[in-house]
Amino acid sequence: MAMGRYMLRRLLLSLPLLAAISFIAFMLNSLSPVDPAEVVLHAQGVPNATNELIAETKAALGMDQPLWQRYWNWIVSCSKLDFGSSYVTGKPVWSLLGPAFLHSLKLTLVSVAAIVALSIILGVLCAIREGRMLDQATRGIAFVLTSMPSYWLGAFMIWLFAVKLDLLPTSGMDSWRSYVLPVAVITISFAGIYFRMIRSAMLSQLHEDYALYGRACGLSESRIALHLLRNSLQAAIPVFGMAIPTLLGSTVVVENIFAWPGLGALSVKSIVSRDFPVIQAYVLVLAAAFVLFNTAADIANAALNPKLRKSV
Amino acid sequence: MKLLQRIGQDKLSALCLLTISAVLIAGLMAPLLAPHDPEEVHMELRYAASSSEYWLGNDHLGRCMLSRLIYGIRPSVLAVMAALFVSAGIGSIAGLLAGYFRGMTDAVLMRLCDVTLSFPGYVMTLAIIGILGIGLENILIAFVLIKWAWFARIIRSTVMQLADAEYVQFAKAIGVRNRTIIVKHIIPVSLPDIAVAASSSFGSMILQISGFSFLGIGVQAPSPEWGMMLNEARAVMFSKPELMLAPGIAIVLVVSAVNYLSDSLQIALDPKLTASRRTRYEEQRKAAAARLQRKEVV
Amino acid sequence: MNSLEVSNLQIWDRHTGRVIVPDSSFRVKQGSCLALVGESGSGKSLTCKAIMRLNKAGLSQSGDIVLDGSPLSQLSEKEMRAIRGKRLCMIMQNGMRAFDPSCVVGVPIRETLSRHFGWSRDEIAARMAEAMTSVMLRDPIGIMNRYPHELSGGMLQRIMIALAIVLEPDIVIADEPTTALDTIAQFETIEQLIRLRARTGCSMIVVSHDMAVVRRVADDMVVMKDGVIVEAGPVRKLQSDARHEYTRRLLGAKLALQQHFQAVMGGDSFVDRNRR
Repeated sequence: MAMGRYMLRRLLLSLPLLAAISFIAFMLNSLSPVDPAEVVLHAQGVPNATNELIAETKAALGMDQPLWQRYWNWIVSCSKLDFGSSYVTGKPVWSLLGPAFLHSLKLTLVSVAAIVALSIILGVLCAIREGRMLDQATRGIAFVLTSMPSYWLGAFMIWLFAVKLDLLPTSGMDSWRSYVLPVAVITISFAGIYFRMIRSAMLSQLHEDYALYGRACGLSESRIALHLLRNSLQAAIPVFGMAIPTLLGSTVVVENIFAWPGLGALSVKSIVSRDFPVIQAYVLVLAAAFVLFNTAADIANAALNPKLRKSV
Repeated sequence: MKLLQRIGQDKLSALCLLTISAVLIAGLMAPLLAPHDPEEVHMELRYAASSSEYWLGNDHLGRCMLSRLIYGIRPSVLAVMAALFVSAGIGSIAGLLAGYFRGMTDAVLMRLCDVTLSFPGYVMTLAIIGILGIGLENILIAFVLIKWAWFARIIRSTVMQLADAEYVQFAKAIGVRNRTIIVKHIIPVSLPDIAVAASSSFGSMILQISGFSFLGIGVQAPSPEWGMMLNEARAVMFSKPELMLAPGIAIVLVVSAVNYLSDSLQIALDPKLTASRRTRYEEQRKAAAARLQRKEVV
Repeated sequence: MNSLEVSNLQIWDRHTGRVIVPDSSFRVKQGSCLALVGESGSGKSLTCKAIMRLNKAGLSQSGDIVLDGSPLSQLSEKEMRAIRGKRLCMIMQNGMRAFDPSCVVGVPIRETLSRHFGWSRDEIAARMAEAMTSVMLRDPIGIMNRYPHELSGGMLQRIMIALAIVLEPDIVIADEPTTALDTIAQFETIEQLIRLRARTGCSMIVVSHDMAVVRRVADDMVVMKDGVIVEAGPVRKLQSDARHEYTRRLLGAKLALQQHFQAVMGGDSFVDRNRR
């Protein structure tokens, strides 16, 4: 079956990419102008690091081994989810990354669901009523909202809903109520892009010949709309699929303003304190997720659009 | 220049162009324009409302908001523009070489692009900042390192189409040097595509840089920057929310103007859309005029 | 007895006020085939879509359209939908684009037939198989389960004709049925259209700018230029005795091209039989 072969080919293609990603993530460490040993010593509170101390720390960290050896060790331990220990706290990286990843994932999944629903509904409605009041108003509002910094929008919503109206919590991750504001902010900030995409996909389909033929055969508008939606979604599905890893990485600011204990807070903290193992693991996990989602999206697309199964 | 004419036709685009130019000039001439020193602290004026001397009031350290806003144009907009030019420049050259010379050059450059593009942009920016350290320069370096591949891809496909054009083949056949062909034929025709690509990412880059400064990993205090000003205002968000207004509105205005201009640039440069849009424009005007004359309702 | 009567049809663009078809009147006799002839942009396709009231939202139309005695212009959209397909059938120019690329060809066919007749899947399959075999399509069930991009333009045209056979409409409107096909497929399609008419006794409107097609398949002809009907009459009469200069130019153009080609290929021994 063409589908099976396509899946295999696509999966195989992603392997060299994953290898390259892992190598670059690994090399990040060596590219820094600051010696990792110094970072560790600094975090441990040692004021003046002598050369011997640095050399000792390096040996302890395994930094004196040849490059390929370190890389191999690192890959092997990564596959066991052992990303080393934080330079700053000394705790295993995964104990920090794991829960943060989960929290961010929860937020992202809920947001993506909201974005998909909102952009499809608005996109279809605006395409059907192209040029009219609803369409123009929605497009205008979406335009302004996507030009707004998400933290500004977030701050405003906190001020309005949490302070003035006292309906929702200002921060933290306690109950379902704490999801509302962050999800709303993320959705508003990002839905504009996806809404535009759905709308233009529907518009391009609206005047296609098969819609005309369907009408000429006497089919009802709703049945034709189903056909149109099916074709429009095809272009949209890979983009929606990529929304998950994209949002995972991009919600740093929103997480910050809502004090959400996710990857955002972790990444900023590790950047400020130059905690390289955490940064490395962060890059590896997210970039790998990116590639895997990309592959999955391509496979899903080929499942829907048989024409794509022949190409790779 | 025909391009500017077409943009000028649409009143809103002209307004956007004007706004952006005004902002850029204000940023360049900040020392001349700003009424006060943006970093001058006046503790006695903390949180002062707007007055005749300080038009937009003072922040939590008594500094002039308006001056900080104007000086803030430099990192928020001008620096981003510089980074944009550099990454667009590098990307365009890479795309040009790959698309024109094909073969080995193309293969190597495209593999490089693929790997660069397969990393999620935001994540890699954070990683590079993490490695190189926090600060404005490193953010800009991160931008350039990541965005060039995107430009390279776009320019490459344009150049490949152009290089296949008959007049280019003819020029090669009569022995015109490659350099001349590139400079005289390829570059001028690919400039519009470069402009569209660059303008469409300008807005998001501004948002990103202010976002990083908001998080504290971008521009460092006491230098003024719009995102950072919002971060400082956040501390007193519940008691003095009005401090968040000015920098926020500034960002929204500039980014909206940039995005709108980028959209109309794209429409203006797409030959298919332009023709139909222009004839429809003219026909609409003629029909409206005719209706007025005849006083009929069609 | 007239199958279709179009009187004072006017089509204009609502946004710009431009009138595309100012005043068209023509009729299609029962069981005959009318050809709408003209260059690209003369308004032929718009006229056909206007008959079925399928023009884009920006275009408005006025005038009377009477199908077998019942006026179409006053029907509601719902009533019109019941007529489309069942009594007025359309065959599109580009078969490749007439079918939803994400479904197999059988899906829109089943949707249409179950909508108009309420037949079961098996009955639809049986009837379509019979019709498709009569238009020289082998393996009808296999074809119904293929995607549009897996079939050729000619096959897709014939599938549309087969659907018309099953629907048994009063009028079949074929919009440039041969334009998107190669020569051999053109010949096949024209043959199938002629046979369709013979089998179901329907009337036909064929839009074309190819005079060879018109000569083969049509009884009467209407010549359009810039939205205006410049001449109308039986095909044979117009061929030899066209009154309007444009008609003569149109009819003569392809002929002159063919003759020139034959003269060039035939060499010294070529004898001009057709020149007058």
